[in-house]
Amino acid sequence: MNTKESDLSSILNHNRRHPRYLIATLQEIQSREGYLSSEAMLEVAGFLDMSSATVWGVATFYNQFRFTPPGKRPVRVCLGTACHLAGGQLVMEAVARELKIEVGGTTEDREFDLDRVACIGCCALAPVVTIGTDVYPKMTPPKVEEVIVELNPPSAHKD
Amino acid sequence: MTFRKIDLVSRQNWQSLYNGEIIHILVGTATCGRAAGSMAVLEAIRREIAGLEGKARVSEVGCMGLCSYEPLVVIVKPGDFSVCYHHVTPLIVPQLVEGYVKGDDPCLDLALGTVAGGGDEAVYIPELDLFKHQARVLLRNCGYNSPLEIDHYIACGGYRGLSSTLEMKPAQIIRKLEKSGLRGRGGAGFPTATKWAACSQTKGKTKYVICNADEGDPGAFMDRVLLESDPHAVIEGLIIAGYTVGAGQGYIYVREEYPLAIERLEMALKQAKEKGLLGRKILGLGFSFKIEIIKGAGAFVSGEETAMIAAIEGRRSWPEHRPPYPAEAGLWGKPTLVNNVKTLAYVPLIIQNGSDWFAGIGTGNSPGTALFALAGKLENTGLAEVPMGTSLRTLVYDIGGGIKKGGRFKAVQIGGPSGGCLPEGLLDTPIDFDSLKGAGAIMGSGGVIVMDEDNCVVDTARFFIDFSRQESCGKCTHCRIGAHHLFSILDDVTKGKGSLKSLEALQALAEDIREGSLCGLGKMATNPALTTLRYFRAEYESHVLEQRCPARVCKELTAYYILPDKCYKGCDHCVLACPAEAVFSDEQGLKVVDQVKCTKCGSCELVCPAEYNAVIRLSPVSLVPENRRTKPQTPVKEP
Repeated sequence: MNTKESDLSSILNHNRRHPRYLIATLQEIQSREGYLSSEAMLEVAGFLDMSSATVWGVATFYNQFRFTPPGKRPVRVCLGTACHLAGGQLVMEAVARELKIEVGGTTEDREFDLDRVACIGCCALAPVVTIGTDVYPKMTPPKVEEVIVELNPPSAHKD
Repeated sequence: MTFRKIDLVSRQNWQSLYNGEIIHILVGTATCGRAAGSMAVLEAIRREIAGLEGKARVSEVGCMGLCSYEPLVVIVKPGDFSVCYHHVTPLIVPQLVEGYVKGDDPCLDLALGTVAGGGDEAVYIPELDLFKHQARVLLRNCGYNSPLEIDHYIACGGYRGLSSTLEMKPAQIIRKLEKSGLRGRGGAGFPTATKWAACSQTKGKTKYVICNADEGDPGAFMDRVLLESDPHAVIEGLIIAGYTVGAGQGYIYVREEYPLAIERLEMALKQAKEKGLLGRKILGLGFSFKIEIIKGAGAFVSGEETAMIAAIEGRRSWPEHRPPYPAEAGLWGKPTLVNNVKTLAYVPLIIQNGSDWFAGIGTGNSPGTALFALAGKLENTGLAEVPMGTSLRTLVYDIGGGIKKGGRFKAVQIGGPSGGCLPEGLLDTPIDFDSLKGAGAIMGSGGVIVMDEDNCVVDTARFFIDFSRQESCGKCTHCRIGAHHLFSILDDVTKGKGSLKSLEALQALAEDIREGSLCGLGKMATNPALTTLRYFRAEYESHVLEQRCPARVCKELTAYYILPDKCYKGCDHCVLACPAEAVFSDEQGLKVVDQVKCTKCGSCELVCPAEYNAVIRLSPVSLVPENRRTKPQTPVKEP
């Protein structure tokens, strides 16, 4: 806990002690910690002299913020219009099946987390999946299986 | 430094690039290029031309708009053709460098065509159907100039509009915009001059200007391409806006999901400051202006101007009643001007080339160009910029190259979740603000998605309503709860559970939501449902009356079936691919899909080898022969 608190104190900087910096502050915390913990949000509320309900209300309003620790490799299935028409939903179901988690969830070993995104802007490659910073174009359920097995060989699991 | 001096230095730097002996290699590294692998291509080129200093040079450029041909590389060779190569991979880079950089073979077999020179030997890209119908005003620099170097922008006429602006009175600039007829490109098409005049005339010492780059429509990426490929055009427009309305501070509100756009904007702002084009006393004159980038945290509603103001203030992005308009009381209660990326990017050109030049492009009521992101079932997907008044047919068939793999056109969805779905009969509708509105669609964000016979319009309407319902901010009951119910009705229809009554309810509810919502998100959210119901009623009716999805997309109404006369018993592809273990062999070894176990993921259809092509989709599901629906129960043998 101690290290975490000192971490935040470098983000909670006095030039920005104004409610208008709430969203930017939350973005910075998330980009470093990977998510917004309740402790972090309480600390931000205290620092900006706002109620914790207001901070929570703003944080949960925006799609960007997550409240559970992310996996090491975030899996994002694009469900923009072009990807939807090209079968993105089937791809999403395949990823969820292969990783055995639901949308918004994280695998037990914290290796992957899964979310949908509404268009990453490469519609010519639809349907698209990103894993970490890698882009996987023109996905299909069988291709999903291949990719996941390659990244996450069943042998790696200690059963 | 005066602008003349800045201009001179930039021109010299620019000319040293293109005059002389140096071969210039351009690699498109905007987001779509990167997704297709352009960074690896860039690396490979750097490796191959190492040791050729003084002979060849590589630059990153933005996007030409040819997404389906990425990664793209252009080799500009002094005194020879400039050739554009498509689908470049690191593997063919050595061949290109060996052939055209070190040698004299332009490798035309790997090229899309030439962008300069070529004559009879090669295709001249601007003469391709894809380009011929376009008028590249906003895209003029995209893919040719480096967004990382301000000199390129200035040498091609950049910041000249700003330099002239600073010698004009605000009223003159507004008159110029008024004469040009420029209408806001955020979607609604409100006259820009009226907005600027209102903000300029409101009294107040502190005012703000905001560039709206919160491009939230899933399927639109024009603003992203502009910011990534030509960020200075937007910055110049914003500074001119600030000068005209009397604001000292500007904000660019960009989606957090566009990291590359943010990175390039930050770099461009820094370079503009260094040149004295931004900051204190711009060009040594009296006007000072600052720009800050605000990263949006992801909410579709933030694209609405009052909601965007709330987000910049650090609050939940909730729209407010208008009036008062932001021009009177906006950010922190001060007069504020909010304009879209594209609107601002036109402004420097109008100042520089004159109102008549702009008014001469496009139609009387909608002058200028329209920028579209083409996606869906088209041969050529990507960005296209056409004069207003161009027909949808030209956009789909000439520029888009028609339907992919010879499919049949079904509908075009224009304007994203707030837009409408138009049938073939309306393809001759000219693209302008008023004609599209008349047809039930909107110009909107500029996302154009083309559907073929394999796409279900009910499913598409359901998709858009699902998006809008999740993005509803929750302020108005009609939008928050109405969109939810609208979704349930559509969901029922796609499952074959609806009736003709559901269609009536759909219509009535959609109209109520439109009446009862405060902002554009709610008012327009029903457009996809209303237009599909208006133009594709028959398709809705087959869902509810016959439990049939004509496009065979809606899962509950579709079954996967393996044709026994096409199936080859020695092949096990579908059995192995099925994640639900639903495919089994009958007594003759032919495969059968167990309809109870099947999750309709489509894997069997995808893996069935082309020589058999035995897996088909049937709708309604009752078409599957009764004896091939489930695995017969084998009697349990006594041990």
